[in-house]
Amino acid sequence: MFPIRKLFTELNLTNIIQTLGRHGLASLSAMGRMGSFLAQACYSMLRFPGKPMLLLKQISFIGAKSLFVIVLTAAFTGMVLGLQGYYTLAKFGSEGLLGVAVALSLIRELGPVLTALMVTGRAGSAITAEIGIMQISEQIDALETMALDPFKYLISPKFIAAMISLPLLCAIFDLVGIYGGWLVGVKLLGVNPGAYFTEMYRSVEWRDVYSGFIKSFCFGIIIAWVSCYKGYYTARGAEGVSRATTEAVVLTSVLVLVWDYFLTSVLL
Amino acid sequence: MIQLIDLHKSFGSQQVLRGLDLTIPKGAITAIIGPSGEGKSVTLKQMIGLQKPDKGDVLVAGESIVGLKRNDLNKVREKFAMVFQNSALFDSMTVFENIAFPLQEKTDLSKDVIEQRVKAALADVSLRNVEQKYPDELSGGMKKRVGLARALLVNPEIILFDEPTTGLDPVIRNSIHQLIKDTQSRFGFTAVLVSHDIPDIFDIAHYVAMLYQGKILQFGTASEIKNSDNPVVHQFINGILDGPINIGVD
Repeated sequence: MFPIRKLFTELNLTNIIQTLGRHGLASLSAMGRMGSFLAQACYSMLRFPGKPMLLLKQISFIGAKSLFVIVLTAAFTGMVLGLQGYYTLAKFGSEGLLGVAVALSLIRELGPVLTALMVTGRAGSAITAEIGIMQISEQIDALETMALDPFKYLISPKFIAAMISLPLLCAIFDLVGIYGGWLVGVKLLGVNPGAYFTEMYRSVEWRDVYSGFIKSFCFGIIIAWVSCYKGYYTARGAEGVSRATTEAVVLTSVLVLVWDYFLTSVLL
Repeated sequence: MIQLIDLHKSFGSQQVLRGLDLTIPKGAITAIIGPSGEGKSVTLKQMIGLQKPDKGDVLVAGESIVGLKRNDLNKVREKFAMVFQNSALFDSMTVFENIAFPLQEKTDLSKDVIEQRVKAALADVSLRNVEQKYPDELSGGMKKRVGLARALLVNPEIILFDEPTTGLDPVIRNSIHQLIKDTQSRFGFTAVLVSHDIPDIFDIAHYVAMLYQGKILQFGTASEIKNSDNPVVHQFINGILDGPINIGVD
């Protein structure tokens, strides 16, 4: 008879299966908890959209205070696109299409994605750390004991602010990026300024613009969702907050890129 | 006032409460004592529904709070206030905003009335000229007082104190104890106090419950517990190294 028990012992297969099973169950449970967190946040947003002052404070934090980094990133992204695009198009004698190449790259993909990644690094990490510290210092429990809903005061305003701020930041990113490309292409490399903008107006459609905004809006939800969730379920002191912050940034960035692929395939 | 019936609570493989039964008398100070890690704070959190028991029931004024929906649970929580171990003040708000917050959010009181009540609450805990300070500008004792002021402001029927004097020097500790005793006799609320301050706790608590191995080992008046001949209680309140309590030190 085949010595199954011996083989299992020697290869330690039972341990491997147990470990895989444990991780699988833990992942499923975490996904369920994340889903339930999102549902609770949506319910809370509809029921208690938040006080205007709370909302403005969050829009200022997520949106206005991210402006500098967005403008800086957009300018250099546009300039790099201008530089790369020019030398590639010049091989085919199509430098006049530089404006189209820069604008479509920014409006369809780079604008929404890079805006989301920059906001994740600047505001998402701060949201996780803030809520995480409130959790470990029992400030969230204090809200609960006062019979006040933490979702109403902490989570809803951040979700709404992210959903409003991301499309606006993305619009600014696109605009600054296009002028960054113009600076390099037209002013430094001598592309015809008329061609740069005329071709752009001719080729960029309204559909490209709104698909970028839809992406930004969705990325706003992802940033608020993951950042708030990771902060809300922080445990074990300062190390826990640090781990939650790292996990929030990594998970948000991955989800943004994955979701971008799915949205692109639907919106194209 | 509060009844805990056959409470069980585990965290992963660690079983903390193992069939705990406790009745908190109304209008008195009840202290919960016991070795570290025995689940005193967990017991307190069960009373206000911050944690759900795995098994058992929690009755507040005769009404079960286990499994209540958030809105119904919040109605029960209106009876409560809680003073946390680390005060749990909102660090982005000033002292004034911290204390005024529950009134601003839950009542229609005017700004002036709220301001008066905040000042009165601060005077009740002997604090002055701290309204515009942030929590990180306050000492540990002042934070505890602000926490107590925030709790008193909503006129609760029950106040839960989670180790309110941890990390304070003996003088401040005594002043906090005195404050709890004085405010309780003035306002008549039911107080539940988790504490390690032995023997000081016997001077302020009317009743003491000794928690050991996930159950209430002994419940009685402060003097009954102080003079208990139960070997575990005796070892614990006298801080004796040798005895039935395993302190994990060779």
